[in-house]
Amino acid sequence: MITLTYVLALSGILFAIGVAGVFLNRKNIIVLLMCIELMLLAVNFNFVAFSRYRGDISGQIFVFFILTVAAAEAAIGLAILVVLFRERSSIDVEDLDTLQG
Amino acid sequence: MQSIYLTIVLAPLLASIIAGLGGKAIGRVGAHSITILGVAISCALSFYVLYRFLFEDMAPFNGAVYTWLLSDGLQMQVGFLIDHLSALMMAVVTFVSLMVHIYTIGYMQDDDGYQRFFSYISLFTFSMLMLVMSNNFLQLFFGWEAVGVVSYLLIGFWYTRPTAIFASLKAFLVNRIGDFGFVLGIAAVLRYTGSLDYATVFGHANQIAAAQIHITGTVSWSAITFTCICLFIGAMGKSAQVPLHVWLPDSMEGPTPISALIHAATMVTAGIFMVARMSPLFELSETALSFVLVIGATTAFFMGLIGIVSNDIKRVVAYSTLSQLGYMTVALGASAYSAGIFHLMTHAFFKALLFLAAGSVIIAMHHEQDMRKMGGLRKYMPITYWTFLVGCLALIGFPGTAGFFSKDSLIDAVGASHRLGSPYAYFCVLAGVFITALYTFRMFIMTFLGKERMDHHTQEHLHESPWVVTVPLVLLAIPSALIGWFTVKPMLYGNFFEGAIHVAPANNVLERVAEEFHGPGAFVLSAFMHWPIWFAAAGVFTAYLFYFWKPELSERAQRSFKWLYTILIDKYGFDWFNEHVIMAGARLLGGGLWRFGDQIVIDDGLVNGSARTVGWLGSVMRYAQSGYLYHYAFAMILGLASLLMWLIWR
Repeated sequence: MITLTYVLALSGILFAIGVAGVFLNRKNIIVLLMCIELMLLAVNFNFVAFSRYRGDISGQIFVFFILTVAAAEAAIGLAILVVLFRERSSIDVEDLDTLQG
Repeated sequence: MQSIYLTIVLAPLLASIIAGLGGKAIGRVGAHSITILGVAISCALSFYVLYRFLFEDMAPFNGAVYTWLLSDGLQMQVGFLIDHLSALMMAVVTFVSLMVHIYTIGYMQDDDGYQRFFSYISLFTFSMLMLVMSNNFLQLFFGWEAVGVVSYLLIGFWYTRPTAIFASLKAFLVNRIGDFGFVLGIAAVLRYTGSLDYATVFGHANQIAAAQIHITGTVSWSAITFTCICLFIGAMGKSAQVPLHVWLPDSMEGPTPISALIHAATMVTAGIFMVARMSPLFELSETALSFVLVIGATTAFFMGLIGIVSNDIKRVVAYSTLSQLGYMTVALGASAYSAGIFHLMTHAFFKALLFLAAGSVIIAMHHEQDMRKMGGLRKYMPITYWTFLVGCLALIGFPGTAGFFSKDSLIDAVGASHRLGSPYAYFCVLAGVFITALYTFRMFIMTFLGKERMDHHTQEHLHESPWVVTVPLVLLAIPSALIGWFTVKPMLYGNFFEGAIHVAPANNVLERVAEEFHGPGAFVLSAFMHWPIWFAAAGVFTAYLFYFWKPELSERAQRSFKWLYTILIDKYGFDWFNEHVIMAGARLLGGGLWRFGDQIVIDDGLVNGSARTVGWLGSVMRYAQSGYLYHYAFAMILGLASLLMWLIWR
């Protein structure tokens, strides 16, 4: 029997992997986007798990919305990425430091 | 009657505004006509008021005409208290002012500031009237400051002269010291009685007398003494008593009519008037009166001495004014307030006369004031000569003149006083009579008699002044010579000031003197059996000996008493002390505050310092702003983690 604990642990691990990916990755900005997406999915996992556990369908409906928005977001992110690459011929995170003081 | 009082005050103010703002529209003639008209109206109405008091037994008027503001139950009003004291002052002020207005037409005729001058003196008349007619401390203070401002403006009237600017500033600053005491005194009155109205305050005088001001531990001061001394410090500033007298001789930088009106006849006597007005308070403090007595006596004697060595004709008269103000103050200190006011009145006439006559001499000498360059003016200017002589005789107290009645009564009153310090004061005023006669006749001889020492050019143009100058001289000479005969009995020994001036029965020295008074005629005769007249005669004789018969004697005396001469020329070092200790100290303090407090603490520390701190903080913080996404993400995660920790373990 798969209990709530297992699911939450899995979502925690996924989230942690996402976080670690955000700041351990120094190379590719696409990996960065994927990591963010991963964190988002981990949260969605939580929604689904709690929805099942509480017997309340609204959690799963939330997930639909979030996934839709996340898809749109990923599209915009990738579009920006393409523009960025045209501009600087690189998608290295190390090179993107123009915000520094 | 209220509308009459209002007219008396407002006529000069209106005239002053018109003359001051009218400019070319009214011109020179318009300016002097309107101001003379304004003051003449005031003068006529003042005499009418005085007449009603004297012959119709009019009851004193005390009432408010306008409530200025109401704060915490304290009413600040514009009001009039018209009794015998203020009626007398009004008459004296407006009369002398009128004479000076007329005289000014002649004295200032070539001056560019003609209209400005008339505007100022009319404004002065208004302010002085506000001062003497006031029925509360606030309005008194208003008048007090207003006359101070006009005095400042007029001393610095010729504002292109550095000496005039210096003198006006000096007068203003010295008066601030006095005013500081005065304001403290008024505040003390308010503190202990809760009112600024004369009638209420005098009614509650015992309340102040009963109060003590706690200083430290077992030390406490009597509130009434503190209040009276503070008020008197105000009077010391305005009436130029030692050590706040230093501004008065320098005020002679102003035009002569001003010296006559403001710095001799009226404004400087405001302090005397104020103390007399406050007699119900002063009577309760023996200590304060002793203080007044000693200060007055010191001024009377030591300032007269300086008059002997001064060579500027106006300065001699100025030192004589100081000395005479000292006499009045002595009278106040001896509880002979009526004698002080009486001397104030006679002094106003003869000192205005002396100043205006000196001014007439100065016109003739083409604005030369040094007496060493005068002499022998008698035959050129007969009217000035005779009126000046009358003024001199009144000043030294020649029997029968106004000055004689006031000064001799005053000296008798001081002699009858048993107050602490009265023997010293009696010595000072007696010796002062000799000194007065000496410097007065020295001035008279050096100016009008003896060799003609002026240069040839001036000598050719010597002539008597125009009628606008001589008429006021004659009109002032008449009261200087005669007014004592009519006024001595009611003012000193009658009940003229009853209700206006309060004297405790135990202090009533004039009552003791009155026992020997049998009418003015007998008083004149009895003068020859008293000391003052012989002192005065000795003074006149000495003056003739040293400056007329044997002038070489004065030079020899000057050589053999060089130390004394030096002290007197240096005016006892008051100016030196003020300039090198007080002024230098203030500059040092100011410089220190400027360099340390302003430049270092405020500019460098607070203003530039805070900017520098922000800059430094920024330069440190910019290292955290790396621009790398993962640094920001890491910071966010750390923040999130610590927030969670705090939520769990709080």
